[in-house]
Amino acid sequence: MLISTLSFPEQLVLTLAALILLTSFLMLAQVRLDSLINVFALQGLLLFAATVLMAIISGKYHMLISAALTLFLKVFFIPGQLRRLVFRLDIHREVEVIGNPSIIMLFAAALVLFSYYVALPIRELSLLSTRNTIAISLAVVLIGMLIVISRRKAVTQVVGFMSMENGLFFAAVVSTHGMPMVVELGVAFDVLVAAILFGVFFFHIRTEIGSLDTDRLNRLTEVEK
Amino acid sequence: MTALVLTLLFPLVGVLLLGVIGHWRYAGGVNLVICTVTFATALFMAIDIFQHGPLLSTGKLFYIDAFNVYLILLNAFVGMTTAVFSGPYMAHEVAIGRVDDGRMRLYYSMYQGFLFTMLVALSTNNLGVLWVSIEGATLATVLLVSLYRTRESIEAGWKYFIICGVGISQALFGTILVYFAAEQTLPGQDEGLLWTVLQEHADKMDSGVMALAFVFLLVGYGTKVGLVPLHNWLPDAHSEGPTPMSAILSGLLLNIALYAIIRFKMLVDPALGNHLAGNLMMGFGMLSFSVAGLLLHRQKDVKRMFSYSSIEHMGLMTFAFGIGGPLATFGALLHMIVHSLTKSAIFITVGHAAHIAGSQAIGQIRGLIRTQPLVGWGLLIGTCAIAGLPPFGVFTSEFLLFNATIKSYPWLAAPLVLGLTIAFAGLFRNLQPMVYGEPPVDQQPIVANMWPVVLHLALVLWLGISIPTVLAQWLNQATLMIVGQGVL
Repeated sequence: MLISTLSFPEQLVLTLAALILLTSFLMLAQVRLDSLINVFALQGLLLFAATVLMAIISGKYHMLISAALTLFLKVFFIPGQLRRLVFRLDIHREVEVIGNPSIIMLFAAALVLFSYYVALPIRELSLLSTRNTIAISLAVVLIGMLIVISRRKAVTQVVGFMSMENGLFFAAVVSTHGMPMVVELGVAFDVLVAAILFGVFFFHIRTEIGSLDTDRLNRLTEVEK
Repeated sequence: MTALVLTLLFPLVGVLLLGVIGHWRYAGGVNLVICTVTFATALFMAIDIFQHGPLLSTGKLFYIDAFNVYLILLNAFVGMTTAVFSGPYMAHEVAIGRVDDGRMRLYYSMYQGFLFTMLVALSTNNLGVLWVSIEGATLATVLLVSLYRTRESIEAGWKYFIICGVGISQALFGTILVYFAAEQTLPGQDEGLLWTVLQEHADKMDSGVMALAFVFLLVGYGTKVGLVPLHNWLPDAHSEGPTPMSAILSGLLLNIALYAIIRFKMLVDPALGNHLAGNLMMGFGMLSFSVAGLLLHRQKDVKRMFSYSSIEHMGLMTFAFGIGGPLATFGALLHMIVHSLTKSAIFITVGHAAHIAGSQAIGQIRGLIRTQPLVGWGLLIGTCAIAGLPPFGVFTSEFLLFNATIKSYPWLAAPLVLGLTIAFAGLFRNLQPMVYGEPPVDQQPIVANMWPVVLHLALVLWLGISIPTVLAQWLNQATLMIVGQGVL
């Protein structure tokens, strides 16, 4: 498949997909909390652009509502909330130490390959414009999971979690032109509630252990001593 | 139809009402009244379904058939009996200063919120709404797990939130894939997430995509079921939260996640035409069953011990649904009820026992049968029932499963018996001193309402001796739907 044989909007969708994946890698490598939140907001913005574009291409204008929801939640509300919290908890300048950053990056690259492998049967089915995008959205989901697993700060884990959510939303947008409206609204509501609860948890964790290092949440183990 | 709407409406009203008056002295009573009305309407709905067959609401958003009607009834019932226990229990927690007014409002409001999301999850026909409400159930309970704000409970809440959140995201990806496959088969209709529509066209859907989707769905909802190795959150969440929460989490939430997996299995099987979904479930089920039985021996907290027992039983059910045949499926459906009734009864008893001993540590709970015979006997009989001793219902369902295993996979009967024995030993070695041991000198009986426990255990006993015709017919119809062949 040559990229130049695709129509202009399709090329644009692919470019956006690539940029979204790039922001996932940026998040994985970003150690400063305030910059991390900015990158997350940027990913939300790209997602918004992709949704608007798909709405125009497919002519399904109800997707514009989901696009508006994305803009509100993923670009303004959640990043804003997180930024406010890290300033209030005075941790915005904190730098997180990542163990073995190069291995994690390589692992993430392997996850992208893995996603393409997993998505092979889907890609054969699908129309041209969505061929690569499902694989990329799966990769974004998996890298989000890697962020949650490899990081220790509660804030970073939340960003990873929300970035998984971005990947899922992107998958729904590019592969099926969005989910039915009732589901879109439900998912958006869940994300909103989750974002608020995460904020509540930050304060509880901070009060209880004096920092947001989830490493120190280590009282409960599988086999009790 | 009206009954269904009311069944969903009452808990929703409860969320708002108790969010305002939850700290009031009689809030526990209000909670109980709402749960009772919900159960009554659910009962009306069940009678209607029994007389007129499956119900598809206008707009196709809700669908009730033999498979989910009994689970809805079970849900409303356990919600009600746990509310009987929850009132005095939480009043005691307030009296000893473990929770304040604000948290009581949160507690009661979310108690109803949890029941609401679970009832929606069970009754919906839309697989997307199913996901939204199961995620909603997590969100409703996550602050209840950390209600006591101790270091342990916050850790448990955070783990629950992150692990279940991440896990269930995989299930959403699976759901999107199913929708995608449906769009290819049924282009242009906006009905690709409706279970009834999908079921009609299941055999035409692309097998590659459906197989992939099922893997994601099993991992995602499997996290919520507590399948090993994704079970880490479960013992923490079930042991650190208030005991009424443990009762409904262990008794109800796990069932619903399993219900979701089975609904998808019913779509995936015809699309694939092979036993892949079943094999995956058998593998995960057997692993969870064996590992949980072993870990049960190493627990020092009584609620954690029974949480591992829940993982064990969920593993057993997953395994049974994986085997597939009519006998195994019938047994597993029955096991969902008896496990849920028994486990919630046990958690209620354990809640009383912990109040008597002033601790949840197995080492601190001693001589219950002498201090307060009813609690001691409750724990003893409940544990006998959950360990699968006859004549209780758990024995019946496990016996059916065992028979089915011998028929289809004789070599798996050995690990099954071994696992059951290990779990039995683990439970009883800890139970013995708790029930019969020497009580501490100053141990006093407490005010305990054991009626919910007596009722649950009596029902389990009844199901062990004879299954009522109504229920047997529903279970048979459900078996017929799931594997295409009944047992009766």
